[in-house]
Amino acid sequence: MIGGRALAAVALLALGGCATANGDPRDPFEGVNRGIYRFNDIFDRALAKPVATAYRDYVHQEIRDRVRNFFSNLADPFIGVNNVLQGKLEDGVLDWARFAFNSTIGLLGIHDVATDMGYEKHNEDFGQTFGRWGAGPGPYLVLPILGSSTVRDGLGTGLDFYADPLGEFRPYRLQYALWGLRFTQARADLLDASRILEEAALDNYVFQRDAYLQRRRSLIYDGRPPREPRQDEEPEKSGAGVNLARAPDVDTIPGNDPHD
Amino acid sequence: MTKAGLGLVAALVFAAAQAQETPPDVLVKTVTLEVVELIAKDKEIRSGNRNKLIGLINEKVLPHFNFTAMTALAMGQNWNKATPEQKKRLTEEFKTLLVRTYASALAAYSEQKFDFRPLRAKPTDTDVTVNVRVLQPGTQPVPIDYSMEKTASGWKVYDVMVGGVSLVANYRTEFGNAVRESGIDGLIKSLQAKNRTAEGSGK
Repeated sequence: MIGGRALAAVALLALGGCATANGDPRDPFEGVNRGIYRFNDIFDRALAKPVATAYRDYVHQEIRDRVRNFFSNLADPFIGVNNVLQGKLEDGVLDWARFAFNSTIGLLGIHDVATDMGYEKHNEDFGQTFGRWGAGPGPYLVLPILGSSTVRDGLGTGLDFYADPLGEFRPYRLQYALWGLRFTQARADLLDASRILEEAALDNYVFQRDAYLQRRRSLIYDGRPPREPRQDEEPEKSGAGVNLARAPDVDTIPGNDPHD
Repeated sequence: MTKAGLGLVAALVFAAAQAQETPPDVLVKTVTLEVVELIAKDKEIRSGNRNKLIGLINEKVLPHFNFTAMTALAMGQNWNKATPEQKKRLTEEFKTLLVRTYASALAAYSEQKFDFRPLRAKPTDTDVTVNVRVLQPGTQPVPIDYSMEKTASGWKVYDVMVGGVSLVANYRTEFGNAVRESGIDGLIKSLQAKNRTAEGSGK
């Protein structure tokens, strides 16, 4: 990851990264990141969100469910590959079974019959695989359009795109239409969540960044991350009667934990 | 008093103690299902009456949360630097913010199916995590984990994790930044401002 980190550092410094106000050690490129974040926000307000809202309001839920299932099914083979790469052979085989059932009985994936049969959907990607192998996240990055990432997850996303079966679709006009549809569907699914996030956050950028970093850490451990060590142990009990030291902590500097 | 009478009193006392000590997983399940059912039955809430929903949360959900603990956790080190008065105001503002966020989440997801996971804890544990999963068609279930602590007045929630994101931990950086830039009173002011704008627009 050192190579990746250095590469990203050079690339971002070339873009004119400036020092950050708060100097969060997880986010050394905060200045550039905030710039891209603002750009993404404008893009979202001007295009992505209105299109996704229209999609949700005018396309019947039944059809939206079929569309979601179709793209979800296309992703299952590589979710399986990632599970196998992470040593979770059984989960990987289950993902391929999902793909087999949904592609056939489920009519090219538009019906998620596998979930009804008890094969649960998993969430894996190359970024998580690298994390499982011990790669730390590296500095936080905001990617144009794609949003929150890290050096590790950004490299993972590159591989994800490279491996994506949508890239095989021809003619290209069909392929681009499908990318557009998938993006719209994904954004539509996040409409409620993004509204709640805006309501909850004092600083949307910070709130989203911290949520992303926490979420990725949780995903790498499949929802069971170990409690992070605190840098400084608090006295046993706070005034409120809850042990501060046992609370999850995002302040820990990455690198203290070999997996994060 | 007869022996039978004593036995009866003992049984009653035991029953009362039991009622107060509802196991945390049972508590989460009962409250969640009750609130979801009340929302489903209430036309005004379903058509977007936010204040009524907040009222419902205040009545049914709030008693089971320890907001002072949540605020202390979100404040981290800075909690000890706050005066009692500041602590009170911080807790009040943070509570308002969390309740409104919770109301939005409930309004958006109350029609989903819930999967209440069996509690993995020893009977003697006083700090447990209750796992609930929201099942959505076509996507991975979203886990909601309630961190709960046993207190004299029953089990109280002191953190909620949604999809692996701890709400309390997620505020820690924001609170830390605000305190560094403008002090604890500055943080109270931004929380107040946030709550006021949300009141204006979130109707």
